Amino acid sequence: MEYLYYPGCSLESAGKPYDESLRAVFRALGIGLTELKDWNCCGATMYMSVDETTSLAISARNLALSEQSGSRELIAPCSACYTVLLKTNRFLRDSPELKRKVDVILGGAGLKYDLTVAVRHPLDVLVNDIGIEVIARTAKRTLEGITFAPYYGCQIVRPERGFDDREFPTTMDRLFESLGAKCTYFPLKTRCCGGMLMTTFPEVCLELVKELLACAAENEAQCIATTCPLCQMNLEAYQKRVNKMFKTSYEVPVLCFTQLLGIALGCSEHELGLQRNLIALKAPLSALVA
Amino acid sequence: MEVEQRIPGTLAASERELRKTFLDQARLVPGAERITRCLQCGTCTGSCPVSYAMDISPRMVIALFRAGEIGEILRSRTIWICASCYMCTTRCPQTIKITDLLYALKRTALEAKLYPDRFPVYLLSKNFVRLVNHYGRNQEILLLLLYYLRRNPLELLRMAPMGWSLMRKGRVSLFPAKIQGVAAIRKILAASKALELPRGEETVEYDKTMVGYRAVG
Repeated sequence: MEYLYYPGCSLESAGKPYDESLRAVFRALGIGLTELKDWNCCGATMYMSVDETTSLAISARNLALSEQSGSRELIAPCSACYTVLLKTNRFLRDSPELKRKVDVILGGAGLKYDLTVAVRHPLDVLVNDIGIEVIARTAKRTLEGITFAPYYGCQIVRPERGFDDREFPTTMDRLFESLGAKCTYFPLKTRCCGGMLMTTFPEVCLELVKELLACAAENEAQCIATTCPLCQMNLEAYQKRVNKMFKTSYEVPVLCFTQLLGIALGCSEHELGLQRNLIALKAPLSALVA
Repeated sequence: MEVEQRIPGTLAASERELRKTFLDQARLVPGAERITRCLQCGTCTGSCPVSYAMDISPRMVIALFRAGEIGEILRSRTIWICASCYMCTTRCPQTIKITDLLYALKRTALEAKLYPDRFPVYLLSKNFVRLVNHYGRNQEILLLLLYYLRRNPLELLRMAPMGWSLMRKGRVSLFPAKIQGVAAIRKILAASKALELPRGEETVEYDKTMVGYRAVG
């Protein structure tokens, strides 16, 4: 099995642990991951705010390149990239006028895209393509005794129904429960973390982050598992600021879900980029990787 | 604030202009015409995690649009606070594409050069676009530098400790690299510009089902 991989800009910098652990997990499962050659930024939410058609064209370049390389699927781990690439597919499919415009624009760069590439999130690929049974069989460590809060964030499940329910998905819950972990009650599992608002309206974003941390702490989660590098960053790097603003004392480790999965699959701390996390793992999870 | 003279029952000239711009942008959103179906139930506002910080709620945005007050929407913080989490769109009983229409409103505001006093989102988006156009990829450090230097340099000082932690952990890419396909990106931009016909020369057929059609003319 082989997949085409679109890391996205975030996974090259702040989201490095996600990139490393994703590659490690696929390696451990014996599945090939080839990076899309010379991919460009998907445009995220920023470009769409400025110019929709160009934003779609820029995003479509990646899909066109995937098509060229012969692949029918593209894995996009960052939730923003995932949603933008999916949106591109959807908009171009639903609006012939937009498709015509984007065809002309892409043609200007010598590219064309025929809507044949499906965009997949790694969580979807791991649980639905590879399957929980295979993963459980390949696991080298059990996650028994570990309690985690499954935080999906908003863009992985919305706006259109993709691989799971739009408000109460269970893909991650099922994955880790099959590996022995306990999934806490976490009703805010798809509530927005604020995303880019941390740079534009930090007071609002910190409030959203606080509520998520509060929910995880209240339900005694030892860690939070995330599927988006921006969520991971907001929840982890800003805990100090949340504590300052709201007089709380949170210190919850925030992992990329692939890091937690990698622990179960027997990967080393370094392979999973765990040394890059700002909040260190606590017992009993830390003991597993020691 | 200057009050424009209006004949009751018609739109002010400035509002007509904004409406045209908005409808142009909204046409790019498939399914945008469902905005006519809004029953003002307020589910969107109730679902929005940041509605508490908005001056005009999502429900009010639609009501104002239908009342011919786009100008007021664009002068509020609302469209810039939207975190684009799509909860409203998911729960709307009429399946209205609220988030995508808010994007259209953002683009309208940028085109009409109408933003509220502090417009951090525009600053961020503009610099993001510049970086992507130049490098082909987003360079987080450069982006944050460009953004905070303009917006609030003191914030950079405040973020320095966190920035330093991230740097020590190797989560900061210091040396931006252009992708090989940057030429392709430039061509895409050029082709996109060529497609943008100046307003007035293009005759657009407005769909009669679009709200505001009658008011535009």
